[in-house]
Amino acid sequence: MASFVRFTLDGKTCLAEEGAQLVAAAREAGVYIPTLCNYPGIPPKGACRICTVLVNGIPQTACTTKVVEDMNVATTTPELEAFRRSVVEILFAEGNHLCPSCERSGNCELQALAYRYRVTVSNFPYLFPKRDVEAWHPKLVKDHNRCIQCKRCIRGIHNAAGHAIFAFGKRGDKVVINIDPDTSKDIDDELAQRAMDICPVGAILRKGKGFDVPIGRRTYDRAPIGSEVRP
Amino acid sequence: MPAIAHTVKQVVAKYGGDATRLMDVLIDVQAELGCLSHVTAARIADVLGIPQVDVEQTASFYHFFAREPRGKFAVYLNDSVVAEFCGRAEVAAAFEDAAGCKFGAVSADGVVGLFHTACIGMSDQEPAALVNGQVFPKLTPEKARALVVGMRAGKTIEELKGDRFGDGQNAHPEVRALVHNHVRRRGVMVFDHYRPGEALAKVVKMSSGEVIAAVKAASVRGRGGAGFPTGMKWDFARRAAGDVKYVFCNADEGEPGTFKDRVILTERPQMVIEGMAIAAYAVGARRGVLYVRHEYLYLRAYLEHVLADLRAQGLLGTAIGGLAGFDFDVSLQFGGGAYVCGEESALIESAEGKRGEPRDRPPFPVEKGYLQKPTVVNNVETLCSAVQVLLKGPEWYNRLGTEKSKGTKVLCVSGDCDRPGIYEVEWGFSVNDILREAGARDVQAVQVGGPSGSCIGPDEFNRVLAYEDLATGGSFIVVGKHRDLLKDVVLNFARFFREESCGSCVPCRALTGMAQVVLERLVAGQGTAEDVERLRAWQKIMRNNRCGLGQTALNPIVTTIQNFRPLYDARLAAGDPRFVPSFDLAAAVQDYDAAVGKG
Ligand code: SF4
Ligand code: FES
Repeated sequence: MASFVRFTLDGKTCLAEEGAQLVAAAREAGVYIPTLCNYPGIPPKGACRICTVLVNGIPQTACTTKVVEDMNVATTTPELEAFRRSVVEILFAEGNHLCPSCERSGNCELQALAYRYRVTVSNFPYLFPKRDVEAWHPKLVKDHNRCIQCKRCIRGIHNAAGHAIFAFGKRGDKVVINIDPDTSKDIDDELAQRAMDICPVGAILRKGKGFDVPIGRRTYDRAPIGSEVRP
Repeated sequence: MPAIAHTVKQVVAKYGGDATRLMDVLIDVQAELGCLSHVTAARIADVLGIPQVDVEQTASFYHFFAREPRGKFAVYLNDSVVAEFCGRAEVAAAFEDAAGCKFGAVSADGVVGLFHTACIGMSDQEPAALVNGQVFPKLTPEKARALVVGMRAGKTIEELKGDRFGDGQNAHPEVRALVHNHVRRRGVMVFDHYRPGEALAKVVKMSSGEVIAAVKAASVRGRGGAGFPTGMKWDFARRAAGDVKYVFCNADEGEPGTFKDRVILTERPQMVIEGMAIAAYAVGARRGVLYVRHEYLYLRAYLEHVLADLRAQGLLGTAIGGLAGFDFDVSLQFGGGAYVCGEESALIESAEGKRGEPRDRPPFPVEKGYLQKPTVVNNVETLCSAVQVLLKGPEWYNRLGTEKSKGTKVLCVSGDCDRPGIYEVEWGFSVNDILREAGARDVQAVQVGGPSGSCIGPDEFNRVLAYEDLATGGSFIVVGKHRDLLKDVVLNFARFFREESCGSCVPCRALTGMAQVVLERLVAGQGTAEDVERLRAWQKIMRNNRCGLGQTALNPIVTTIQNFRPLYDARLAAGDPRFVPSFDLAAAVQDYDAAVGKG
């Protein structure tokens, strides 16, 4: 018994279910809003800010915005596009992202967005932080160098009892994703795979499994990110 | 190990095994055991029935939660701008020398631990340190040495403090603090004559609608800095659906240079709590939380005592003011050391036992706040204003201040002046007026509203403090001509924001650190004009952060670039603003060329 509302998306009048997430509603309407920390089916947390759009002229993250009647949304002004490109560049300079040696290359959302914005080098100072690679877990490898702190794993992965497996530690530029030794103890291969899949980059890898698809034939090697969305 | 298990069990039981009281649990357990080790965290998780990572994520977020032993005496020496002005470096050196260890470490005998900390709300009496939660203001190298000697001689913290307590309620038996109030100018809102319960007696004869109407008529605006109309906030909360509602008082002042909440909570706690009760009456709340920053833990026993007193007087508890059904009580919540918790939704997260990460809005706290219930969050000073409005009427209130900013503002003046302290003035005072009263000469700049505000030079000292001109939460730092503005002030603030970002938003988390890197380069004389432009451009990116911290974190840099550009230009590499970074290729590959026999 959903009610529909009318809203304006880049000048076009569209219909969406009232309260729908703006990112999803735009996608339905054929407009791609880039996202990183958003993941379908898990509660949004406007962390990466890349989905910032103008809602009635005010910048707001589309992943945390619900569609309401008469909302006027602009998704692609030159300023917004410049901002999005900056977010991608900042992430490349903030962590240690070495695409050619990354298992996730071709399936990485960050890399795909860098292609989309044609980023060849970051205009932000590279910080080259010293970060760990954790391999103590029987099923998972956590490469902190690649982590973009999107919290998708924190929000989306829980064990059978419904307890969190991942959580943030520390704060600011020292934040790190921790794995709970106890709640993650008995996870099965399926959950490990889901953890790997939910990560937009190559920061969570599942142990003991080769890679089916060679680099060059992976998701974003074949078609640019967002190209599946068509009006 | 048995000690850990025992303490954890007891403390968790005290808070009813409620995981949303994790902050209280952590504070009390740390007080007993000295630190929150991973073993302790695991134990707490176990007893509360939550994952260990969830305990870790809260415990590791807050600055004052220590994960390793901090020594019998944990010295947290403030490293704010004003502390540095007042000779902190010499005091720090004396501490290190006497303790025999560096900052960030514990002495070999385990007696003294030395740690840095951001502004502790004592800018009127720096350099100051917190030692096991007690304040030691106006330190000198001699006093620092004597303290360490005393610690090694087995003195207790009370013996180290001595008995020369500060003025007013600082000498109250439940406070016994060496802190001074330094109230230099008493205004009519906060520091005038006040008798607890007078306003409530009037309120119980009014309807909740009338109370809100009065606050609206007086156009009271939030004193935290943003200036949101208080009556409107109350009205939203009153109309919000649900029968459980909360009133929060935000006493988490963390803006460097601010200390008004400290003084108000020392001298006028009853007024603040009465304000909370009035807000509760207006919105229909039965529970209130007074959230106080960790740095003011020394006021804990005293505030508990004040609450008990108010209960005894019938001003809290059931049937307040004799009105059946008017039930409201307040509990204390202390923070753990995080500036971002001054943001209302982060404060609520923290009170729920979580990391102090601001929430996405909407929904706003008035719709979904503490435990997802409608919640009003008001600043300490705002609540005092509400009390006076109810007492003296909106007309009286509206006669004070300027056209758009009514009432008074409590300013915290610090830095290079003769009379640092509290000045309660009507809105509309000019910067010059304040400087004169505070005895400031040869002023290079004033940081109005703390680092998240703006840094202005003498050509703007005729501007007035008001929402429509220079809005401020209260911090007013005077910078003398002899200071190195970029190095002593701006760089310190940049470091502050880097450390205080919650880390959630990409631009805030990364650019605060990157800005510090670029600024350091500029200060060292190795920056370029391009670097200056770059910092300015980053401000635009920061505007899209979630909360006020991230949106204003580059203000110290950007406002000084705007108002003190020559200071930047003078430091550019090669002293030439047109300097473009490059390098000498031939020189760089000289040894290679030599090795391969070229050139
Ligand atoms: S702006 Fe900064 S402090 Fe505020 S929520 Fe974002 S990361 Fe946290
Ligand atoms: S996708 Fe919306 S903020 Fe990250």
